[in-house]
Amino acid sequence: MQVTMTVNDVEVTREIEGRLLLVHFLRDVLSLTGTHWGCDTSNCGTCVVWLDGEPVKSCTVLAAMAGGHEVRTVEGLAKGGELDPIQEGFMQCHGLQCGFCTPGMLMTCRALLDKNPDPTDGEIREAISGQICRCTGYATIVRSVRWAAVHEAAVTQ
Amino acid sequence: MQVPAPFEYERATSVDQAIGLLERLGSSARLVAGGHSLLPMMKLRLANFEYLIDINPLHAELGYVKIQTDEVRIGALTRHRELLESDELAAAFPIFRDAERVIADPVVRNRGTLGGSLCQADPSEDLSAVCTTLDARCVIRGSAGERVVSMEEFHVGPYETAVGDDEILVEVRFPRRGGHGSAYEKVERRAGDWAVVSAGAAVWITEGRIVDARVGLAAVGPNTTGIPEISDTLRGNAPSEALYEQAGAIAARSCDPSTDQRGSADYKRHLADELTRRTLRKAVERARS
Repeated sequence: MQVTMTVNDVEVTREIEGRLLLVHFLRDVLSLTGTHWGCDTSNCGTCVVWLDGEPVKSCTVLAAMAGGHEVRTVEGLAKGGELDPIQEGFMQCHGLQCGFCTPGMLMTCRALLDKNPDPTDGEIREAISGQICRCTGYATIVRSVRWAAVHEAAVTQ
Repeated sequence: MQVPAPFEYERATSVDQAIGLLERLGSSARLVAGGHSLLPMMKLRLANFEYLIDINPLHAELGYVKIQTDEVRIGALTRHRELLESDELAAAFPIFRDAERVIADPVVRNRGTLGGSLCQADPSEDLSAVCTTLDARCVIRGSAGERVVSMEEFHVGPYETAVGDDEILVEVRFPRRGGHGSAYEKVERRAGDWAVVSAGAAVWITEGRIVDARVGLAAVGPNTTGIPEISDTLRGNAPSEALYEQAGAIAARSCDPSTDQRGSADYKRHLADELTRRTLRKAVERARS
């Protein structure tokens, strides 16, 4: 079957099997390997991308379901060579060690800040509660999101 | 790599068109909504279908929470996140927000739906227990029209519902009565996990007495069902700790949990007792405030 969707603002059309999962479409068909493929059971959250602006676990969404919709991946966060503040925050506050969970964490946390620009530590932990950092670096991830929130507030003032 | 067996993907354009497809394709076809129960089962090859009919395009038609004076109507494609975020729904039935906070995780809640949860009919699933607690009615549509069934009729058995091969669950209705309070509690091993045991309670209080009360349990047997004996015990009485204790004891002996990696049957009975008491206590507090 043929599927057409918008990925990081670019319209793509490909011939796919109905059973192809979105994570494999992104990684293997479009070569966007920034999105990671982890547990395959919608538990770990490293495969999180946005579907029409909402974070979803792309190992549990069919590529065909994304047809006609807008997908954004971690490759679509930086604009014009400038890192998004959430990416900057992860750099500044050591929000990653091995980096495996990072693409999913970034997409979920960016979506959180878009809805709630000043989240508490508890709200950040709740937002990433469906994602696993195998280095257990949650404290620095929370700190990174707070850094981005404070930084963005300073920029908009 | 876990990948479903090959199938043909079809996209629904309207409820009637989806029913038409189901009639033509029979049991070789299955509807998929959020897909967070069905796709994992298909990846494990526990479920295989020749056709998958994606009903997500019907969200505009079947995703809604309508608060009316006498009942609340919720469209089957309403997502967990929408149920969690609806202040009107939380005001009408506080049990929904309690439950939605502990169902899966925020990202899964962006996709999963009320109808999908009910049709999966997993005995450990929380929304089925909520619907049982609130005495919900399920609206099932086929080409001949709609029929409305109670939760007891809806749940035929584990992973089995009253929805026929050529039918679709379109709406769930919740009767409203005055003096209502409700609550939900879940014990889980980690955030977003299936319940070790969950309990929901709903009460309706007039002039200091319980006019009606219902308790629904999840993960303690093959079906999520209400326990009529608890309702009979509570009705007509003024709320008290002694009454909650009685209800908890009935819950513990009426359920049928099995020992598994989440806990022993004894521990689960203990939880059924304790969570029944806690949710009744909270439901009564809410009915009074």
